[in-house]
Amino acid sequence: MIGAAGAHASWNVVDDVRQLFEFTFMVNALRAGTIVAVVAGVVGWFMVLRREAFAGHTLALVGFPGAAGAVWLGVDAAWGYFGFCLGAALVIAGLGTGGAGSAGGAGGRYSEESAGIGVVQAFALACGFLFVSLYGGFLNGVNALLFGTFLGITDGQVLVLLVVAAAALVVVGAVGRPLLFASVDPDVAAARGVGVRGLNVVFLVLLGLTVAEVSQITGTLLVFALLVMPAATAQHMTARPQTGLCVTVALAVAVTWLGLAVAYFTPYPIGFFVTTFAFAAYVGAAATRLLRLRTG
Amino acid sequence: MTAALGMFAHPFVRNAFVAGTAIAVAAGLVGYFVVLRGQVFTGDALSHVAVTGALAALAFGVDARAGLFASTIVVGMAMAGFARRGRADDVVIGSVFAWVLGLGVLFLSVYITSRSTGNGAAGVSVLFGSILGLSAGHARTAALVAAGVVVAVALIGRPLLFASVDDDVAAARGVPVRALGIAFLALVGVVAAEATQAVGALLLLELLAAPAGAALRLTARPYIALSLSAGIAVAATWGGLTASYLLPRVPPSFAIVAVASAVYALTFLVPRVRRSGSSASM
Repeated sequence: MIGAAGAHASWNVVDDVRQLFEFTFMVNALRAGTIVAVVAGVVGWFMVLRREAFAGHTLALVGFPGAAGAVWLGVDAAWGYFGFCLGAALVIAGLGTGGAGSAGGAGGRYSEESAGIGVVQAFALACGFLFVSLYGGFLNGVNALLFGTFLGITDGQVLVLLVVAAAALVVVGAVGRPLLFASVDPDVAAARGVGVRGLNVVFLVLLGLTVAEVSQITGTLLVFALLVMPAATAQHMTARPQTGLCVTVALAVAVTWLGLAVAYFTPYPIGFFVTTFAFAAYVGAAATRLLRLRTG
Repeated sequence: MTAALGMFAHPFVRNAFVAGTAIAVAAGLVGYFVVLRGQVFTGDALSHVAVTGALAALAFGVDARAGLFASTIVVGMAMAGFARRGRADDVVIGSVFAWVLGLGVLFLSVYITSRSTGNGAAGVSVLFGSILGLSAGHARTAALVAAGVVVAVALIGRPLLFASVDDDVAAARGVPVRALGIAFLALVGVVAAEATQAVGALLLLELLAAPAGAALRLTARPYIALSLSAGIAVAATWGGLTASYLLPRVPPSFAIVAVASAVYALTFLVPRVRRSGSSASM
């Protein structure tokens, strides 16, 4: 993205890494990217397990009107991201009947809920577009909101990301075991006295927080790259929850670092590289598993 | 009122109404099946594929419509083809379309940097539509495509309905469930490509989901719901276009989406009214 600004990649890896850390904005981008990748990995893993990809995607898109509205009103965009994503999480939780797989899973029957989520999503995007039109004349800003930018991340933003991420991880730590139980088998969990419905709301709020964080780096449209792909890759590699979680987080962080590094040395946007690396890992894992099933 | 009628004096408004109506009918009909089959997320994915298709065409200097139709139809059929019984898994869909969007970002930046005249506005009009910018030729194409979609829905409507409601029984009765699933997603692809030009790739999901969701809440009878869905889509398009003409700062695609969302939200009031009415009579 700033390849023209004097950064040159060479085969000297040490020198490349030194160049990466040369500028403060890049250090901040790496910090922010790492924080975001860890949270996205953990929460994304549960999201894939609960088959709530559609709800996650919708929450991510809701960040766009939030940020656009905040810019229009002259407030910090982070307020818009967090406010709108949390609000939408509560709306979706209210719409839903609770339980894993209810949010528009593709294998499901006709679900009224998925139509509702679709409407929330399109309406949110339309509102974002309205705010942009009302604000007038920041068309390149739209692309940054939608497709992400890693330039110009301040120390303050990194701190906010860190605090929110820590809070989200504490909540995951606290509800992790019952959440896993409720995600794998909601009926049995409910019968054993686990508050499935309450957990569903907690998880959606957590998802809202996460996508609000990730959106600020990858842009509204590419949140999925960090949320779904590492988790989906890990699920092809292992069935064990703990290992799966670790693999997911490691993949998310690796993909983010690689994406940032390559985007730094080329004129192309970070979104493309992060999604491409994550997708390559996913395809690789799926193909390996397929081969093993065939041969073994 | 006269102000509202006076808008038809402008050819661009007439074109918008012709194209908008055609697209709304097609989206309303196809959307009914999308919601019934629980494939809203697939429609969502196709709308994002449309972004990349259009931006790729722009980046390579081809007509955006060629990229749109090629990408949505091919990806739609592929998603149905790889999935079990023509319905794709949402994690697979999510991974694929996140990457496809990533490609779209690349094409957007290639387009912006390689053409000095190109700017971010092109991306914005792909994402959010430019219905008032459609020419008479566009409107005619939209009408023809919509007519094709209506004919296709009429042809495969009955078996598709059967397969959507109960695919096991349908398969047992000799309905080609898998082929229907592929044909249906190709049809959704056509509608997505067409609707991208009117309301934009990011908002076309509204035309698929909201009218159909509303219709399904109002009636359980398939053919009435199907026509109701198309009717609501057309009404939302007309209402939105009129509203954006009267309020020039409101973009038309926002107005259309807002009207459709309002109709969908209103249907949440209806069943409760009915239920309380029936319990009162008992």
